[in-house]
Amino acid sequence: MELTLSLGIGVLVASGVWLALRPRTFQVIVGLALLSYGVNLFIFAMGRLVTGAAPIMPKGGFVNPERYADPVPQALVLTAIVISFATTALFMVVIMASRGLTGTDHVDGKERSS
Amino acid sequence: MTLPVHMLVMPILVPLLAGAIMLMYDERRRQLKLSIGLVSCVLQLGVAIALIDRAGGSAVEGRNIVTLYLLGDWPSPYGIVLVLDRLSAVMLLLTALVALPALLYAGAGWHRNGQHFSPLFQFLLMGVNGAFLTGDLFNLFVFFEVMLAASYGLLLHGTGRVRVGAGLHYIAVNLLAAMLFLLGVSLIYGTTGTLNMADLATRIPRLTDAQRPMVHAAAALLAGAFLIKAAMWPLCFWLPNAYGAASPPVAAVFSLLTKVGVYVVIRLGLLLFGAQAGASAGFGSNVLAAGGMATMVFGAIGVLQAQDLGRMTGNLVLVSSGTLLTVLGLALIYDDAPMLTAALYYMIASTLALAALFLLAEPIGRKEGGIAGLLAITAEAFGLDAEDDLDEERAEQNRPIPGATALLGLAFLACVLVVAGLPPLAGFLGKFGMLSGAIERVTVLPNLWGHWAFVVLLIVTGFCALVALSRWGIQSLWANTDEPPLPVLEILPILLLVGTVALLTIEAEPALRYLDRTADALTRNQVYIGGVMTAPPVGPDPS
Repeated sequence: MELTLSLGIGVLVASGVWLALRPRTFQVIVGLALLSYGVNLFIFAMGRLVTGAAPIMPKGGFVNPERYADPVPQALVLTAIVISFATTALFMVVIMASRGLTGTDHVDGKERSS
Repeated sequence: MTLPVHMLVMPILVPLLAGAIMLMYDERRRQLKLSIGLVSCVLQLGVAIALIDRAGGSAVEGRNIVTLYLLGDWPSPYGIVLVLDRLSAVMLLLTALVALPALLYAGAGWHRNGQHFSPLFQFLLMGVNGAFLTGDLFNLFVFFEVMLAASYGLLLHGTGRVRVGAGLHYIAVNLLAAMLFLLGVSLIYGTTGTLNMADLATRIPRLTDAQRPMVHAAAALLAGAFLIKAAMWPLCFWLPNAYGAASPPVAAVFSLLTKVGVYVVIRLGLLLFGAQAGASAGFGSNVLAAGGMATMVFGAIGVLQAQDLGRMTGNLVLVSSGTLLTVLGLALIYDDAPMLTAALYYMIASTLALAALFLLAEPIGRKEGGIAGLLAITAEAFGLDAEDDLDEERAEQNRPIPGATALLGLAFLACVLVVAGLPPLAGFLGKFGMLSGAIERVTVLPNLWGHWAFVVLLIVTGFCALVALSRWGIQSLWANTDEPPLPVLEILPILLLVGTVALLTIEAEPALRYLDRTADALTRNQVYIGGVMTAPPVGPDPS
């Protein structure tokens, strides 16, 4: 499971970085989205991978934390997902405005002259 | 002096509520929104002054009082806390001092040039204040994002091809920085099991050999995110374009945003990797010192090359951050509290002067009917001209005053003196303090090439700024015979900023004493840690 997850994060981040460096705005936004998926999975993995364990602990008495999943990274990843989703949507609007104003989807607002 | 406990959360709540209330009103009620915004800014200024007092104790004792605000009333290292110490208080005051004039300036016309200027401005302030107050890394991320989301909107304020292009790059760069931030934060949590800054600082000396490289990697990732914000070379290429494209009041508050990056680097650098950090002491200090100097060089060349004042000031922002980062790097290696004191003083003075320069750029460079024409176009684009009695109102507010060139010229001169570090204003005192600190150090240990290089660079960059700004001033103020139309509402904020710098110069002694204690507390991180780790929860109210 660890290997699958780390490979998944690696592939997402690698393709995200490559796409984010491309000259078309569509590629950049897809790249940023992939990057944020990779980062979100990474945050989730920082709580250690456990299966079949709940993150919510019962109230009162002694609780053995080994039998529960760490709730903090789950809370963090939830926040991160919301924020990255919102900022990506905002970026999308700016990209569309740029397309409308400049008439091209190049990130610099003009095609390379050569 | 005793203050209500909830005073500490006010810098976040006041702009949040003000912004939320503004959203209830229609876009046509601009005057009302502007008034709410001004009231909120004045309140924040009052709170910031009260908090300055609180963090320092009474002037006689000059103590370092670290005040906590437990947001959920959970015990300190586990719950979410707001922490106020001297550095946070100083930064809050600086924010309020820059925000109020910027908003006043926007009231002269810029707030009409697009939608939702006033609420976005308040949310930006909320993010900035929150970032200064928060005591844990993840909330720092959240407040950073609040600040950035608002700044995206503000940068695009007024629209136009240049702004949208600059905004596109700015957002892309900052989204990448946010990813680095998240990676760093989660890696720190995964390795040390805490996100509270003070708790983290106590764990760093006790890390095992296997954990230490992971924490260092996480710190480097975090530093990447903050240094993009603080614009250290080579992460600074986005800045001159973005700041040059922003509308003047927005650029003025943006001069604060780089200082948020610098603040976080100062806070975390000295807290986590100061002299008490054991094997990790001084981690990254060489990178900060060298990168800071490279930023100073890059900024100075940019200043010489720039043609208009907005871009020039953008490059001066780089010089200012570069100076601060270099001093921090040197302070991390050698525990140089005196240099740090002077650097903090220089930071306040230069931020105020840079904000004033951003505001000055427009009235001086304004050709005939510049802003009126611009306003007419945007009003048409937004379909706003019909509903409010704009013209009458604007004529009332924007009555030009006589002697505009002379006033603008004097304000410009004051800013140049501060930025270039010439006597008699505050910029000189700050630079002199840094120079004397560095020279004192090299008289004892003459082989410190870093200090020598810093001394040379500090003088050379000041000289470059002086050359470039004088050239621009001669071209625009002397060679330009027609008097630019200058409404009172535009010159008032500029004079406010310059007046604050003058006040800072006159009151240099108490200010420097305050900052001296600040720097002292920063270099001894047990002050902060002790304040955060020992607070008991308040508990439910007995009544």
